[in-house]
Amino acid sequence: MAMEKMSIAKALNESLRKALDTDPKVLIMGEDVGKLGGVFRITDGLQKDFGEDRVIDTPLAESGIVGTAIGLALRGYRPVVEIQFDGFVFPAYDQIVTQLAKMHARALGKIKLPVVVRIPYGGGIGAVEHHSESPEALFAHVAGLKVVSPSNANDAYWMMQQAVQSDDPIIFFEPKRRYWDKGEVETDSIPGPLHKASVARTGTDLTLVAYGPMVKVCLEAAAAAEEEGKSIEVLDLRSMSPIDFDAIQTSVEKTGRLVVVHEAPVFYGSGAEIAARITERCFYHLEAPVLRVGGYHAPYPPARLEDEYLPGLDRVLDAVDRSLAY
Amino acid sequence: MTVESTAARKPRRSSKRTSAVKTTAKTSAKTPQSSEPELVQLLTPEGERVEHPDYSIDLTADELRGLYRDMVLTRRFDAEATALQRQGELGLWASLLGQEAAQIGSGRALRDDDYVFPTYREHGVAWCRGVDPTNLLGMFRGVNHGGWDPNSNNFHLYTIVIGSQTLHATGYAMGVAKDGADSAVIAYFGDGASSQGDVAEAFTFSAVYNAPVVFFCQNNQWAISEPTEKQTRVPLYQRAQGFGFPGVRVDGNDVLACLAVTRSALERARRGEGPTLVEAFTYRMGAHTTSDDPTKYRADEERASWEAKDPILRLRAYLEKEGAADEAFFTALDEESEALGKRVREAVRAMPDPDPIAIFDHAYADGNPLVDEERAQFAAYQASFADSAEESK
Repeated sequence: MAMEKMSIAKALNESLRKALDTDPKVLIMGEDVGKLGGVFRITDGLQKDFGEDRVIDTPLAESGIVGTAIGLALRGYRPVVEIQFDGFVFPAYDQIVTQLAKMHARALGKIKLPVVVRIPYGGGIGAVEHHSESPEALFAHVAGLKVVSPSNANDAYWMMQQAVQSDDPIIFFEPKRRYWDKGEVETDSIPGPLHKASVARTGTDLTLVAYGPMVKVCLEAAAAAEEEGKSIEVLDLRSMSPIDFDAIQTSVEKTGRLVVVHEAPVFYGSGAEIAARITERCFYHLEAPVLRVGGYHAPYPPARLEDEYLPGLDRVLDAVDRSLAY
Repeated sequence: MTVESTAARKPRRSSKRTSAVKTTAKTSAKTPQSSEPELVQLLTPEGERVEHPDYSIDLTADELRGLYRDMVLTRRFDAEATALQRQGELGLWASLLGQEAAQIGSGRALRDDDYVFPTYREHGVAWCRGVDPTNLLGMFRGVNHGGWDPNSNNFHLYTIVIGSQTLHATGYAMGVAKDGADSAVIAYFGDGASSQGDVAEAFTFSAVYNAPVVFFCQNNQWAISEPTEKQTRVPLYQRAQGFGFPGVRVDGNDVLACLAVTRSALERARRGEGPTLVEAFTYRMGAHTTSDDPTKYRADEERASWEAKDPILRLRAYLEKEGAADEAFFTALDEESEALGKRVREAVRAMPDPDPIAIFDHAYADGNPLVDEERAQFAAYQASFADSAEESK
């Protein structure tokens, strides 16, 4: 088995390289993705090796990037577009929601829209406004889109492959503050399907559900809780649409308690959806109400306050304690 | 005085044709604030054939009759659809009345391997592509959101959000260029859509990547109730210059000029010389849609002045003058029109409501467990009614 230790950023880069190499119809598009290799260097070296015709620097126009990617997909290409930062996706939101998400259904399945929209998302890097947001629920709410986020290098590598190969449009949220975290990548062992959750840590007293950047925080919380004699299971959701409710149900039927953790605002967030569905499915197994930990119903704060805004170890453990107190 | 009323009161006369009818790229910026539209015209409103230094056309009598037939049948189809809406058979209809020349002229300039990205009013272009007109009615009847296979006639689905499709056309054209094909792509949009950011972005992308796309703007003078002057302070075709490609304004009620100008723009795209903006200066004689009431915002005289420029009457006058069509042709066409109207009427009335379970069809290409779950719940719920009906028997 080929094992390689690499950062999430490198895993994404290797994955995109493999996608370009495997299928001549795959294209990379976005602002600064060419010579610069993207502001996070995720596409580093790809234009040099695959040419300007495959790795395309675009005008600074997000609606144009997604809109032309739709046209290229209709022509048989498989564009992977980069939105430079989470808060910059909104000029393209119209194209994503009104066009990309719906075109396959409108054509009664006669055409396919294999477009991947990559979005570095989330906070924790001390950035300025519009560079730290978690808008995943806005996309997950839209039928026709699939929304995923890897939390580790192996998933980054494989989920990107799977996203590029998917005939559905995929919104691929990359946890930007984890880009430099390293992990083992098994380059020839294909993991489960894109929408399957994975158990990041087993436990028996309570289930923590997270995805993307918060998986690491939850694993740290579980480790800290263990020192207090609590056995916490951590589920890495991987896909926010669809959601692997079966995996959450299995875990909650075992532990009886569920806390959902994400960076996005709690209000109308993915935690609300999970809490509602799991309450329906597991009402008689639950020992406590499903609790949520996440951002506040306020604009993402200036960088000096983001540690207060983002769920950290203490806020997760506080929720664990509250759940266990029932 | 508005731009459009000026245009309406001063129809271009054939005597001015050689001195004033200059609309190619090199001369397009000559009068940036002019309210007098410069139009490429090959057929006057009176049906007189005129020449243009940059756009010549030589059609056989058969071809001329073909264009006339296309316009008449398209108008008949459109009238039938409007009537069907009034009878409650369609929820809405967007009439193309008055824009037949712009659509048939540009539509007949296309090759089979070209690709069309329409708005929601391109019934005449769809006709030229060989799309069965009854296919266009599904979305207006409310049985689907499009429903046809865009690749079977290279005619994309109608696009309701205005301007979005100009980017799809540009991306598709970028793909055509990558494939090394010599097809061209045409994007239709209106004067209202020209205000959308997507249209500006499509101009930018197409120019930067030299995409083989023709932007065909039907300036029908009104974006629902807003006149063109609420969209732009310069003639629309002049926008192209700022993006680095040519813009041409053509008499949109002149089918010959629309054909010649579009053909020229498509050939330019095929040669790898990039995009062209064609502004077809025309008039929407009816309402924006059947939900609209144009009497609230425009004067009767305006419509009357444009009726004098009717694209169908104009070509008919020319056909008669030239002896290119006889009475038998017109009589046969009348019969064909009525037959089309009848076919459309019957097809719409026979159009079944979709199976409710179709709500879940095609949401995703690769499937989705959430959709599967909800489909199963929905099916069970529907079946529960069937069961109770059985029991009550």
